[in-house]
Amino acid sequence: MDMEPILDVKQLTMKFGGLRALDKVDLDVYQGQIVALIGPNGAGKTTFFNCITGMYDPSGGDVLISPPKNGRPQRINGIKPNKVTEKGLARTFQNIRLFHNMTVLENVMIGCHCRMKAGILGAVLRGASTRREEEAVIQKSYTILKKIGLEKYVNDFAKNLPYGAQRRLEIARAMATDPFMLLLDEPAAGMNPQETHELDELIIRIRDTEGISILLIEHDMKLVMSLSDRIFVMDYGKKIAQGTPEEIRKNPAVIKAYLGEEIDA
Amino acid sequence: MEYFFELFLGGLTRGSIYALIALGYTMVYGIVQLINFAHGEIYMIGAFTALIVISVLTMLGWNQIAILLIAAGVAVVYSSAYGYTMEKIAYKPLRKAPRLSALISAIGMSLFLQNYVLLAQTSDFMPFPGLIPDFEFMEPYAHIIGSPELVILITTAIVMVLLTIMIKFSKIGKAMRATAQDRDMAMLVGVNVNWVISVTFIIGSATAAIGGVLIASHIGQVNFYIGFIAGIKAFVAAVLGGIGSIPGAVLGSLVLGWTESFFTGYISSDYEDVFAFIFLVLILIFRPAGILGRSTAEKV
Repeated sequence: MDMEPILDVKQLTMKFGGLRALDKVDLDVYQGQIVALIGPNGAGKTTFFNCITGMYDPSGGDVLISPPKNGRPQRINGIKPNKVTEKGLARTFQNIRLFHNMTVLENVMIGCHCRMKAGILGAVLRGASTRREEEAVIQKSYTILKKIGLEKYVNDFAKNLPYGAQRRLEIARAMATDPFMLLLDEPAAGMNPQETHELDELIIRIRDTEGISILLIEHDMKLVMSLSDRIFVMDYGKKIAQGTPEEIRKNPAVIKAYLGEEIDA
Repeated sequence: MEYFFELFLGGLTRGSIYALIALGYTMVYGIVQLINFAHGEIYMIGAFTALIVISVLTMLGWNQIAILLIAAGVAVVYSSAYGYTMEKIAYKPLRKAPRLSALISAIGMSLFLQNYVLLAQTSDFMPFPGLIPDFEFMEPYAHIIGSPELVILITTAIVMVLLTIMIKFSKIGKAMRATAQDRDMAMLVGVNVNWVISVTFIIGSATAAIGGVLIASHIGQVNFYIGFIAGIKAFVAAVLGGIGSIPGAVLGSLVLGWTESFFTGYISSDYEDVFAFIFLVLILIFRPAGILGRSTAEKV
């Protein structure tokens, strides 16, 4: 493949005092791929997400992105989370972090706003251009909610939604920021098999119709194996394997990490 | 009955002024969980700025109402600049520090600003011209409510409505609510949190400055210490209503205004503050989170 990866993480290291939560981790994602990051609890997967999205400033290594729209690679480690979002990476959380006291529509509108121009003066004076922009934001938010299948909840408070719908709303809000890549942190956590199945379809639909690449952390192996083009495996802060689902299934290091057994030949 | 109405409107006017100041406390608390003790000083600086502008323009012989509007405008801009700078200097570097550190920094800021104005303007009470004219159409009601009170009430009402519209419907309003609920998450959906915090300080300072000009013009004098008393009262009002909640701040301010007004009117003016604070203690015993405060209350 002679294309540049849209996300290229090189030798990423994160130290907390003496603990190396991430130790020289490499990972890359190409346009249109669904990539899974798996590993036992405490392997450093969420820390990895936090370093990429600007919540932590990594102790070492590089995070490079090449957005498909303007291809030149740029380094994004150390910049603020809102700047990372502006550059086109959006994420969701393991524990749901919606704005609970805002409506579903408002939650999505907040996401759209980082692409908007209107300032405070416009907000108070409500000139024609501000109103038009606001109108466009509502339109766009509604379209996204429809795609995700949440349109019947538009005016409900986020906290009143059923669990599965709250998870999907997190994805809708992330999509509202116009990302080229979504980072999903355990999107299927706590879902029943039916909801997981719908999520599976939703993620594939987002990739196929929106052209958004996906990097996800997930423990549900069935989901990971059916969904992913490639899988990266971490354990104790280190990358221990990478490959297609087929390769990962057979990889002895992965089996060892998960089952904790010595491998006898 | 007429006396009751007079006290009722007097309390409403007082409460409106407290509300203009309490808004700044409660909004800042909602966003950064900081009690900005220097907020009263912003109000005082607003009043002084207006006084200076008024003195200059009066010498030039301008129209009274034009002077008032320009003075209020300059006071708003100047106070906002102070609020913005204060946040950048005294609070932003401490954002990740324990809350007590920021609180101490706020108290330091308050003392600094008081003494800075003391040195620049002396400790004397300075006369502040009453610029709000007596409207003719108010003549028949003058024994119940004066024109200045009416102006105060209307101005406060307009500020409240504008603020509510802004927070409910505008982009920055949504960003403020989002930041209050979950700052990190707000950043991750692309909200520039630093800007949101600055705007919160600017808006709080602007409303405090409006309050400063109105009350200085109503009472007729200012000195470097007025911000302390007014700040404490407004803080009490914000806590009374449930700190972090905007409707709470307004309600708490009105309750405080009425308490003071009625106790002064029916019992004794000597014990005005005593009654107000007894009332505060009673409310907080039965509703520790304030009148509208709930653990899950919508902040901002």
